Amino acid sequence: MQTVPTMNGEASLNANGGASVVGEANSAPASGPTDRRAARKARKMAEANNYNKKHGFRLFLLVAPLLVMVVLFSYLPLFGWVYAFFDYQPPIPLSESEFVGLQWFEMMVQNKAQLQTIGQVMLNTFAMSGLNILTSFLPVIFAIALNEIRAKWFKNIIQTLTTLPNFISWVLVYSIAFAMFSSTGMVNDLLQNLHLITEPIKFLDSADHTWLKMLLWGLWKGLGWGSIMYLAGIAGIDPELYEAAQVDGANRFQQIIHVTIPQLMPTYFVLLMLSISNFLNNGMDQYFVFQNAFNTKWIQVLDLYVYNVGMGQNSLSLGTAISMLKSLVSVALLLIVNWLSKRTRGVGIV
Amino acid sequence: MARVKQSVSPAMRRTPGERVYNIFNIIFLSLFALICTYPFYYLIINSLSDNSAAAAGEVTLWIQGFHLENYKTVLGLDGMATAAWISVARTVIGTALTVMASAYLGFMFTQQKMWHRSFWYRFVVITMYFNAGLIPMFITMKNLGLTNNFWVYVLPAVVQPFNIILVKTYIESIPASLQEAAEVDGANTLTVFGRIVLPMCTPILATVAIFSAVGQWNSFQDTLIYMTDSKLYSLQYLLYTYINQASSIANSVKASGTVNAAMLATAATPTAVRMTVSVIVVLPIMFVYPFFQRFFVKGMMLGAVKG
Repeated sequence: MQTVPTMNGEASLNANGGASVVGEANSAPASGPTDRRAARKARKMAEANNYNKKHGFRLFLLVAPLLVMVVLFSYLPLFGWVYAFFDYQPPIPLSESEFVGLQWFEMMVQNKAQLQTIGQVMLNTFAMSGLNILTSFLPVIFAIALNEIRAKWFKNIIQTLTTLPNFISWVLVYSIAFAMFSSTGMVNDLLQNLHLITEPIKFLDSADHTWLKMLLWGLWKGLGWGSIMYLAGIAGIDPELYEAAQVDGANRFQQIIHVTIPQLMPTYFVLLMLSISNFLNNGMDQYFVFQNAFNTKWIQVLDLYVYNVGMGQNSLSLGTAISMLKSLVSVALLLIVNWLSKRTRGVGIV
Repeated sequence: MARVKQSVSPAMRRTPGERVYNIFNIIFLSLFALICTYPFYYLIINSLSDNSAAAAGEVTLWIQGFHLENYKTVLGLDGMATAAWISVARTVIGTALTVMASAYLGFMFTQQKMWHRSFWYRFVVITMYFNAGLIPMFITMKNLGLTNNFWVYVLPAVVQPFNIILVKTYIESIPASLQEAAEVDGANTLTVFGRIVLPMCTPILATVAIFSAVGQWNSFQDTLIYMTDSKLYSLQYLLYTYINQASSIANSVKASGTVNAAMLATAATPTAVRMTVSVIVVLPIMFVYPFFQRFFVKGMMLGAVKG
């Protein structure tokens, strides 16, 4: 569209960058070859600019197909939020569904039983996220301990072995949990063979200490992996800091407390902020596989609840309403945390 | 010289207190490593052992009564071959597409000249921080005709903002003069990408590939939500159903043949079926993992430096 006459091209260019040159050349009083040269130069620049613009647009066209995918899979689902305002019951299409306004949102708080369930779900979500945040210093300790080992081969082996659980799925974790802790599992067999217990302990099929168990499985899976960031951080600490500390007579523990830990704080802080902004997003895989009739009250976090309501009970509209609130609160949390981070550290996390 | 260098290391000076600390440290780390790995070992030795010994909980340290019947049984189970094929296909196709898209977009977003580049970059990156949620996502996929469709495993995962940020940051650390030189020689943008930038991105693309492959192999939720057609079940989902139904599978195996004492030792018990399927699912990762560990440790560090 910009290939048509030069005048057109120049006119359109007036709106931006190179256009001012053209304008100046035209407004200058016409006098002799210097001016013609200036005009030619201006035209050349305009052509170059035109080319750049076309080139820039062509570059955009080259990525456009992938941007369409982003629209389809990230932006389009946002329009799905309208289902929260309808009484959508597939296979009846949305156009024939009844518009119910905020009914689903009211339903969450109106009904006493429903309110109680939501309360319990929020409690679980907060407890699990809270426990994760409270234990977020453990990878730091693990990284420091690992860094204190001098034998490189030993360090590598430990690191390899402890990051392995991070790479298996939660289904496999559950399978392992089953092999180890079910009533016929290895731990119960062992305890019974040693005559320490007579009845198998119900590690999995009970409501006791569900939060704690979930925390421990999370740590088992993620601790080694989480420490990699901090190991990278420790590797980046200036050795001169340690030398200076030694000159001042600091022993190993004092060096850890006064050099290593303060140097790791920025990394820790960023990760902590991220986990706070993800407070409502516990994911559902872990809780879904460990969920059973006994522990469902204590294990149902928000993500799992959305699944159970939406897919399990087929209340797609209510599920959408909860999803929507969750996403909005999450974004709000992220913005707050980002603002806080900017205030206190001068750098945002986003 | 060596001594001087050593005295710098914080671990060098050894008072008795520090020696005790060292020993505790090593014990603590070894114990945690053992806790992390023993379960895998336990699954493997039990799946290979005499099933009655395994059921009695006697197999804890080494294989007893080695046999491969469990594997024969499990591999012959209905749907196993299809699920394995689906899992392999989604891992290969998904990883290839994700890596290509990450490299391509990561590179394109370094091109200053692109029309409204920073806007489009943000347009992609923002999707990392919000999502519509599970149910709207499900409805959208259903409307797009992607439920009970293999491509739902692959397509939504192609453009991943985190990977794009990783690749973009990496490309920005490559000297710009290399690209400029190629452009002076008349190479266009795509040639620069294919000939100059892409070959230099191997380390970061390896990281992206591993994350993506592991993610694809382990993914369970998408089968759960989008698939009702058992021909499209992934291995992980099948494992989940087997864990929940292992006793009925074992019974059907037992019922299908004449049972004698010799067979009973190798006949599948629910536990044996569970463990064997688990080993089959975890094996690819255990094989691949040690070789690629250094790549993703490096990749993670790139991420860490970025903050």
